[in-house]
Amino acid sequence: MPHDEILLIAGMTLVTFGIRYAFYALGDKVNFPPLVKRALRYVPVAVLTAITVPMVLLPDGQHWQLDWRNAWLLGALVSGLIAWRFQHLLAAIGGGMAVFFLWRWLLG
Amino acid sequence: MLVGAAPFGLIFGTLASSSGLSALGALGMSLFVFAGSSQFIALTLLTSGAGLAVIVLTTFVVNLRHALYSATLLPHVASLSQRWRIPLAFWLTDETFAVVQHRYGQQDGAPYKHWYYLGSCLAMYGNWFAWTLGGVLLGNSVAGLDQLGLEFAMAATFTGIVVPMLKNRPMVAAALAAAAVALAARGLPYKLGLMLAALAGVLVGLWLEGRAEGDDAAR
Repeated sequence: MPHDEILLIAGMTLVTFGIRYAFYALGDKVNFPPLVKRALRYVPVAVLTAITVPMVLLPDGQHWQLDWRNAWLLGALVSGLIAWRFQHLLAAIGGGMAVFFLWRWLLG
Repeated sequence: MLVGAAPFGLIFGTLASSSGLSALGALGMSLFVFAGSSQFIALTLLTSGAGLAVIVLTTFVVNLRHALYSATLLPHVASLSQRWRIPLAFWLTDETFAVVQHRYGQQDGAPYKHWYYLGSCLAMYGNWFAWTLGGVLLGNSVAGLDQLGLEFAMAATFTGIVVPMLKNRPMVAAALAAAAVALAARGLPYKLGLMLAALAGVLVGLWLEGRAEGDDAAR
């Protein structure tokens, strides 16, 4: 395993365990301010959207591709629709991927 | 829950090779970090060439929610020794939290609920590792798998997670703000744009939520 991968995993392990353990370690001495609790609820939506939207709108990382030929955009829209309509994550992933591969195959 | 996590372990293992993470690296990540969403995000960031500090920082932000879980479960583990608390903290995930929280909520006064907690942890842990291994083997044995565009699985997964969370206007606004900032700031080095976008999303969400409450109070 390359050296920087060890560092990466060590770093990720450290912060993840630190977060999970901090409260158990301290016992009842601390309390979350309500503002922090509320802020945390927005973190998943904000981070995941910030990662996904550029992936989908600029599939090559350089150029906008805002048309129907963009398999990433189409697949993600289908995933989103399924997730919204059926609240079923695996169906959303499967459906989006099916459309994505079909579209790439159709467009050659 | 175990079945639900299986495909993600498999996808994670398969994608790891195409994002440049070694097989051992992928297994190590599942073994030590043991946090599905941040592992996926790490892969995405690795693919786009982000540096170590950025990935660790993003992991921190994404996993902060676990602090909420442990704060919630704290009253139940407060009577346990640190020897119990350390492994229970290490294995605390979204799935475990959901299951254990539900079990502690049942008013039957069973004294050994922490064994239940531990058991569900171990089941999730073994399951996650086994499926990661399966994915790594699959990714290494099927040639050209990385040409297929499997990275899209990540976009589909994230989309499928985010959309059901967009239940009210502050959430939608948070997503829109994060997307706009991420697009505008995508040229910044070290993926700083991601941090700015996350921050913008959280602030917009909080702001709208506060305003909605203000309206309610005024009525």
